[in-house]
Amino acid sequence: MSRPGKITRLLIQSLFKKPATVNYPAKRSGMPEGFRGKLKFNPQMCIGCKMCMRDCPSGAIEIRKIGEKQFEAEVNLAKCIYCGQCVDSCLKHALEITAEFELAKLDPAQLKVILNVVNKDSLEE
Amino acid sequence: MHDVHDFEDVKIPIGPQHPALKEPESFLISLRGEKITASSVRLGYNHRGIEKACEERTYTQGLYLIERICGICSHSHSTCFVQAVEEIAGIEITARAKYLRTLIGELERIHSHLLWLGVAGHEIGFDTLLMYTWRDREVVMDLLATLTGNRVNYGINTVGGVRRDISHKQKEEVLKAIDILEERTKYYIDLAKGETTLIKRLQGVGVLSHEDAEKLDAVGPTARASGIERDVRKDDPYAAYGELDFKVISVNSCDVYGRTLVRLGELMESFSLVRQVIRKIPDGSILVKSARKVPAGEAVSRYEAPRGEDLHYVRANGTEKPDRVKVRAPTLANIQSVSKMLEDRYLADMPIVIAAIDPCFSCTDRLVAVRDTKNKGSNTVVWETIRLQGIEWYKNKGIDFTSLNEKLTKLS
Ligand code: SF4
Ligand code: SF4
Repeated sequence: MSRPGKITRLLIQSLFKKPATVNYPAKRSGMPEGFRGKLKFNPQMCIGCKMCMRDCPSGAIEIRKIGEKQFEAEVNLAKCIYCGQCVDSCLKHALEITAEFELAKLDPAQLKVILNVVNKDSLEE
Repeated sequence: MHDVHDFEDVKIPIGPQHPALKEPESFLISLRGEKITASSVRLGYNHRGIEKACEERTYTQGLYLIERICGICSHSHSTCFVQAVEEIAGIEITARAKYLRTLIGELERIHSHLLWLGVAGHEIGFDTLLMYTWRDREVVMDLLATLTGNRVNYGINTVGGVRRDISHKQKEEVLKAIDILEERTKYYIDLAKGETTLIKRLQGVGVLSHEDAEKLDAVGPTARASGIERDVRKDDPYAAYGELDFKVISVNSCDVYGRTLVRLGELMESFSLVRQVIRKIPDGSILVKSARKVPAGEAVSRYEAPRGEDLHYVRANGTEKPDRVKVRAPTLANIQSVSKMLEDRYLADMPIVIAAIDPCFSCTDRLVAVRDTKNKGSNTVVWETIRLQGIEWYKNKGIDFTSLNEKLTKLS
């Protein structure tokens, strides 16, 4: 039978339940395993074939030679669409995707990150 | 002097900001009193040039662009496109890949229909419904993020199969989430059938008769609520649908209430489909290796998106990039029927009537035809000319993008 206010019961029940939302950023629910966030680069494994660059849909990654058999990757976080295609395209498993997603920066220059052996910081980042 | 009580028709432009959804398109409404006597719709405010951009990208790159046509049925577009490419290249994907595409497709339908239910609630002033449906929708969004790595642009398809497999643990998670969602959907069905205000607000609103729906070629839930049993999943099965058991939900009420019931019914079918996929999914590999170059040829592919039939046409020329890509989003097929639904109805019904076809105007904008009235006939304009014309047009309006362009180049 139809009647108005049928949802009222659910409303009252909800009053005594925990909120459905998370108090972000004080609390973080985290991202699931395998979430596609910021890239990680392993320079030791890279052979500089540039397959990742060729397949990247947004031109966000650049591999540069910095020495004999040494390469660094520059990723533009603003351009990257976090599709993980470069990871799939790399036959040497030099790229990896992490679940890190809070990548906004106030300074646009900081959106370009260089990942290489010397720059240990960004490797861990 | 005119008698003030003699109403003349009043014309009101509505848009280019949507009265219901946050998308750009405009309607011209002719009103007599509160009643709409005529209406016309104008699209073309959000042309993104995606088809053209696809010609400049390889198939792999294009797939990610195609996926971004729609922020809700992203998997629909990418599957539709990749099916066409695979047909041209003569690639037969593995059974497991087919099942995985079906799984994501149905989860996407669940999230899309729940989203619609919330939007519909909002349009009729039933915001409580919006809050609860969108809360429950998070369950399926989280599930999609777990399975694919993203909430919206799943990036699961690739030419020759899918990119991610499903683990045993994930299967359990899917079943658990589906149980929760099914219970919630049952509640919403109960609510839709038992809440007087909702029934009274939606019944007899936005009527599209069976004949009109046939004549105007409505698709998806819009057609099925007018008694047309049209569903690509049944009529021309793709992916794993040929091996799965499901009903095409249709009702004969021809109004917005019917469209609500169809979508709720489809949710229940989707739950059953997801369970079948999890039960039946065969073992094996998920990807068939394919060449980067696609041989010359053309193909049309159809896909039943949550909003109706999606259609992609791809022409290959033997290189790594397509020669032509054409996309017909479901909204383009449904938009014609909106004018019919609005005819002789109250202005206040307009938002919910438009929202009831579950439109996606930005996805629909494919082509803008500018008629040259002075020199009759047609002529072809090349890409570069249009670009320069655009820059010139803005310059004449006093807007110069040169400095902005420089800044952008510096950024990249
Ligand atoms: S595809 Fe892999 S090995 Fe090749 S350049 Fe890119 S990161 Fe290096
Ligand atoms: S994740 Fe995608 S967009 Fe980002 S660098 Fe890799 S291929 Fe390019």
